[in-house]
Amino acid sequence: MKFIQIAALLLIASICASGCSSSGRTKPGGMGSEFGNAGDGSVNGNYGSAGAQSNGYSVDDQSGPLAKRIIYFVYDSNEVQPEYMPIVTNHANYLASNRGKTVVLEGHADERGSPEYNIALGEQRAQSVAKLMKLQGVGEAQIQIVSFGEEKAAVSGHDENAWQQNRRVEINYTEH
Amino acid sequence: MILSGENVSIKNLVATLLGVCLLMISSNTPAELTVEISKSVESNVSIAIVPFGGTQPGENLGSIVAADLHRSGRFKILPDSQMPERPHTPDEVHFDAWKSLGQDNLVIGQVKQTGTDQYSAEFQLFDAVRGTQLVSTSLSFASSDSRRTAHRIADLIYKQLTGEDGAFATRIAYVSVSSADGAKGRRYMLQVADADGYNPQTIVGSPEPIMSPAWSPDGKKIAYVSFENKRSAIYMQNLASKDRQKVSELPGINGAPAWSPDGTQLAMTLSKDGNPEIYIMTLANRSLRRVTDHFAIDTEPTWTKDGSQLVFTSDRGGKPQLYSVSSNGGQPERITYEGDYNARGVFSPDGKSLSLVHGNGGDYRIAVLDIASKQLRVLSSGRLDESPSFAPNGSMILYASQNGKAGLSTVSSNGKVKENLSSSGNEMREPAWSP
Repeated sequence: MKFIQIAALLLIASICASGCSSSGRTKPGGMGSEFGNAGDGSVNGNYGSAGAQSNGYSVDDQSGPLAKRIIYFVYDSNEVQPEYMPIVTNHANYLASNRGKTVVLEGHADERGSPEYNIALGEQRAQSVAKLMKLQGVGEAQIQIVSFGEEKAAVSGHDENAWQQNRRVEINYTEH
Repeated sequence: MILSGENVSIKNLVATLLGVCLLMISSNTPAELTVEISKSVESNVSIAIVPFGGTQPGENLGSIVAADLHRSGRFKILPDSQMPERPHTPDEVHFDAWKSLGQDNLVIGQVKQTGTDQYSAEFQLFDAVRGTQLVSTSLSFASSDSRRTAHRIADLIYKQLTGEDGAFATRIAYVSVSSADGAKGRRYMLQVADADGYNPQTIVGSPEPIMSPAWSPDGKKIAYVSFENKRSAIYMQNLASKDRQKVSELPGINGAPAWSPDGTQLAMTLSKDGNPEIYIMTLANRSLRRVTDHFAIDTEPTWTKDGSQLVFTSDRGGKPQLYSVSSNGGQPERITYEGDYNARGVFSPDGKSLSLVHGNGGDYRIAVLDIASKQLRVLSSGRLDESPSFAPNGSMILYASQNGKAGLSTVSSNGKVKENLSSSGNEMREPAWSP
């Protein structure tokens, strides 16, 4: 079990690193190195416990590990930041052990720049989350992706405070 | 080299304030729409447009003509308050009075009611320096066509004085978003209005986003993106019959429709194969051919005038920039280098320049790239300007801006005049100027 977890982590790290650099969006000192640190054990333990927990929780539990459903992104990036990995993992573990459950990953962008480019960016964000989930055992058929770009802001306002809340992927369960 | 279009001197500021006063005094602007002149730079050709005589069925036709000509950035309009006289017929004109004010041209006119809801507008354009008549025409109209008649008069004057076709009697399409009940209660409407934003008509409405309206080259149809089924799909709608067809609803993105110059093909962005790529659909048989092939984002295609190439936005170099590619596919060539964000290119009607969204230092502005000289000129001055669209005569660019609320703005292609069109209630986004 431990071996599989480590292998999965390495796989995630390598796919992210290659995916991000190939699209030119890897920030210096970004995902690759932080994943390396996380691999030392802390996140590994987290992965295990989160998986064990979420198996026993309901999606509707407001205080459970599935309560957090929004992953935020930095500007013009589709890279899942390390701080949001536990959210992805909690949902991935739940979905992996509940094959009847399905999610729509809704990608969004902030209002800056061109609307159709932002549609593409929102889709890439949702795909990043989907990729991580699939690596953790979620089935292809359990995930649907839609991007709304800048069309459905969560927060109105035209400053970084609003923008950072609008650059997001929402995990929405379609069956309960 | 970036040339800024913001050279507003004190003299020009005075001209701006006078322009605002002119509009405040002379225009009977409906509550639904306000026109605000935010930038005005002195133009070469001076013209006085006397408010038309007779009972007008709506706003004074002369005032509408003056506002149209002003927006083009090609004329210096004499404010009503400085007019030495208010003639309505040629025999009432004293040319010396206008000449001494430095007026190159003079327009007078009057409206007569000729029947039940039947009017005729007679107007004359004079060379005020020589005292000669350049145009004299009479147009009949019903009250509902009063503004359109004024736009046609503005077109005739524009054509006479510049040698180019006017674009005042054209239309614009845009997405209007009402959010009376907050984010959850948003309603998206595709609307078509006169080029100055008046007379809006709703083409289609939805609680889910509508995006990217694109006029067919004959002006009869609009292609657009609708999320009404909770996912994107491209539709094509006939404006007269309201008949509409779903063109594409493939898995992933169905976006950025762009008509080929001959109207037989639609370029679009599809991500059915995993990431956004440019495709061309032949409308007659709905067959698709793929134009781009890269793991980065490729989107926002626009056709060259001869249909042989597409320009599109791609972040294959790390940041969004514009690239051109043969419409048969092949190796794309990067065409923008200045600034860290260049997207949503659209060709000018003469094909010699591209308007685009230019991001630099955190501001997103409308710029024009001259294809031959590769010179980029920033025309707008907002923080969040997007979605540029040329007037069919190339004289102005319509775009979406953010002034507390999403609205539409125009800037003359020479950068001299910028105006905001905004409705009092709804947000307005993603404008597209009709052919």
